[in-house]
Amino acid sequence: MTVAQYSDTAMVAATVGFIVAFFLHVAEWAFAGGLGERRNPDGSEDAKRTNVDLLGRLAVAATIVAAALNVFGVVTRGLAAGRPPWGNMYEFVTSAIALVAVVYLLCLWRWGMRWLGIGVTLLAALMLGLAVTVFYVDVAPLVPALHSVWFIIHIIAAVIAAAGFNIAGVASLLYLVRSWAEDRAIRRGDDLTGYLAKLPSLKGLDTFAHRMHAFAFPIWTFTIVAGAIWAQYAWGRFWNWDPKETWSFITWVVYAGYLHASLTAGWRGRGAAAIALLGLVTFWFNFIGVNLLFSGLHSYAGI
Amino acid sequence: MREWLRWGWAQLTSMRTALILLFLLALAAIPGSIIPQQSISPIEVMDYKAEHPELDRIWEPLGMYHVYTSPWFSAIYLLLFISLIGCITPRIAKFARDLRKPPPRLPSRLDRLPASATVDTPVDDALGIAEAWLKSKRYRTLRTDDGISAERGYLRELGNLVFHLSLVGVLVGLAWSNLGGFIGTVVVVEGRGFANAITQYDDFTAGAWVDTDALEPFSLRVDHFDARFETGRVQRGAARVFDAYVEVTDEGVTTDHLLTVNDPILTSGGTQVNLLGHGYAPNVTVTDGNGDVAFSGPVVFLPQDGNFSSVGVIKVPDGRPQRLAFEGFFFPTAVLDQDGPKSVFPDALEPELWINAWYGEPADETGIPESIYTLNTAGLEPVLGDGEERFRARMKPGAAFSLPDGLGSISFDGYSRWVKLQMSETPGNPVALTSLAIGTLGLCLSLFIKPRRLFVRLGDGVAVGGLDRSDTALGLEDEVSELAEALTKESE
Repeated sequence: MTVAQYSDTAMVAATVGFIVAFFLHVAEWAFAGGLGERRNPDGSEDAKRTNVDLLGRLAVAATIVAAALNVFGVVTRGLAAGRPPWGNMYEFVTSAIALVAVVYLLCLWRWGMRWLGIGVTLLAALMLGLAVTVFYVDVAPLVPALHSVWFIIHIIAAVIAAAGFNIAGVASLLYLVRSWAEDRAIRRGDDLTGYLAKLPSLKGLDTFAHRMHAFAFPIWTFTIVAGAIWAQYAWGRFWNWDPKETWSFITWVVYAGYLHASLTAGWRGRGAAAIALLGLVTFWFNFIGVNLLFSGLHSYAGI
Repeated sequence: MREWLRWGWAQLTSMRTALILLFLLALAAIPGSIIPQQSISPIEVMDYKAEHPELDRIWEPLGMYHVYTSPWFSAIYLLLFISLIGCITPRIAKFARDLRKPPPRLPSRLDRLPASATVDTPVDDALGIAEAWLKSKRYRTLRTDDGISAERGYLRELGNLVFHLSLVGVLVGLAWSNLGGFIGTVVVVEGRGFANAITQYDDFTAGAWVDTDALEPFSLRVDHFDARFETGRVQRGAARVFDAYVEVTDEGVTTDHLLTVNDPILTSGGTQVNLLGHGYAPNVTVTDGNGDVAFSGPVVFLPQDGNFSSVGVIKVPDGRPQRLAFEGFFFPTAVLDQDGPKSVFPDALEPELWINAWYGEPADETGIPESIYTLNTAGLEPVLGDGEERFRARMKPGAAFSLPDGLGSISFDGYSRWVKLQMSETPGNPVALTSLAIGTLGLCLSLFIKPRRLFVRLGDGVAVGGLDRSDTALGLEDEVSELAEALTKESE
């Protein structure tokens, strides 16, 4: 096998790994039904709790394997191409997902944030699946438009911002889910039980989402600025309302809205979380939709 | 009336209005990415209008072909900026006052604060040690007989203000570039030159402050353009190398430059020269009916697809007794199949020139400008070949054809490449870029600095307490207990 083939195989295997991890998390959620937030003092539920926890641990194990394969796939892709592996959609997605998985595992290791797992593995399975089936292109050199040091700066920043926004988006989504579930539980007069009860409190989810967004937003700002500087070199003007530029601007404005909303009474909480998810939609649309639907200066090799 | 104005202003500068304007701005930016824009691609706009006449009736009056300069888009961002300035100005004044004010007064009961602790056996000189501890953590302190108030994190508001002001700076830079800058393109064939004067441009837009008769005096000559394409299996035909060898004469000094896509030439007067595109210019020689050479040289053909199937017009107005004109197709790597000729690779591996011809009585010079890329056939007759069919010629380099009826002849001598150069001046860029750099820094401060207040109060023992002034700060309890520990007397 050539290096490129190793890379392709690793990426497919990583996709399978993330799918397995996601379903293990789903099983964890399903089997956690009825379990309260705290352990029963009489120990009657202990066996069930152990089993649920085992599913979560297995999911983490699968995620670690998948993330390692994903990173291996990205590195070998770069080696096979003899350049940073960010020249097309396939390479960008696989790199971004590798970083999302690694950041998630770091959060897990450092702060025990296993609750991010279900969202992260779903995202990774979907995006890597899309990458290996739809976006895949063979290894090839870069077009002259990408021969620039700004290519590396611009894309690294975009990949990091992507990882931050996606992980933050998972937290915002779980915030919404938990807040609806709490409302339902209050209407029924019960305590929240099951998987959702094991999530951090709404305040905790909100704080994490806000901090993650606050981390990603300046990096996204820098991504756009670096892109503008590069555009000045490449096209003689730093802003041209090219569809990609327009949508990165839209993404920026939506996330700016999120940051303002999370400081404004009446928008805090659910409103802000919904805006954050809208921001994530514009982010992915900018990345996938713009390449596939519009022609512009950012279309290099089709996909 | 004053009340209404005051109410309107309060509405405009409210956070809710700012949020709504932000979403409107995002929404208003969308159509410009879907509908072709005049400033980006006038040709696409023309095609779009022809294809969707019923939509065009709606889009045209709404200004959908120039969204980003349209009144409604401008209205949204100008309102947003007014709202921003209205929001920021009072906060600047307040921040200036806060900076001069000492930390807030000591609350009477610290145990009501979000985090608090009591030290039963405090060290001697607890306040002195607490003050030193707080100062080492970069708190501003106010010490009274009762205790200490301390505050940190003033940079958050500073960063916030700086960031929002820098957005105004970006807008100023953009406006300056628009008013004081220009952008123009020109097609230059290998071996030919360009002098920076408005008459030489194919396409030119300048701001109101630009004296278009006194552009920076420089000139350049394109010696050679080297284009290479992927010949392997993967991404076959994709561009790999675009190198233009250009000689620039600037302030009397001539220097050689290698001009590539990401490496523009910057002249001494601040004009930037970019390489935007390239194409083919077949070299032809046309001999008229009198046997005189009526035209000789390269003719710029415009590429129609990724493999550079190109179309162009060869006009020979000086042909006598009849003037001549040719419509041509150039295929750098020509292949003939059932759909007709086409090019299958962007490089000139198998170049062919296909032409048909027109003739007519010599026309008067009218001085009316006409496109060099289209043929106005008024007063021209198609040249017919054998059997009254249209005369067509398919030529490889070196080939020549005689037109029927002694009208003349044409030879295809080879091809040159041309490059599309863009000259631009954007004087507002340094302002915009500096604003962006400072603004990004301010943004980071406003997001990462967490303002916090800590208090120490003497009583039975020593009470310590604190509160965060941002929602997402972490570690308040830890810091309060750390401070309490620092004030606890070690048991012997």
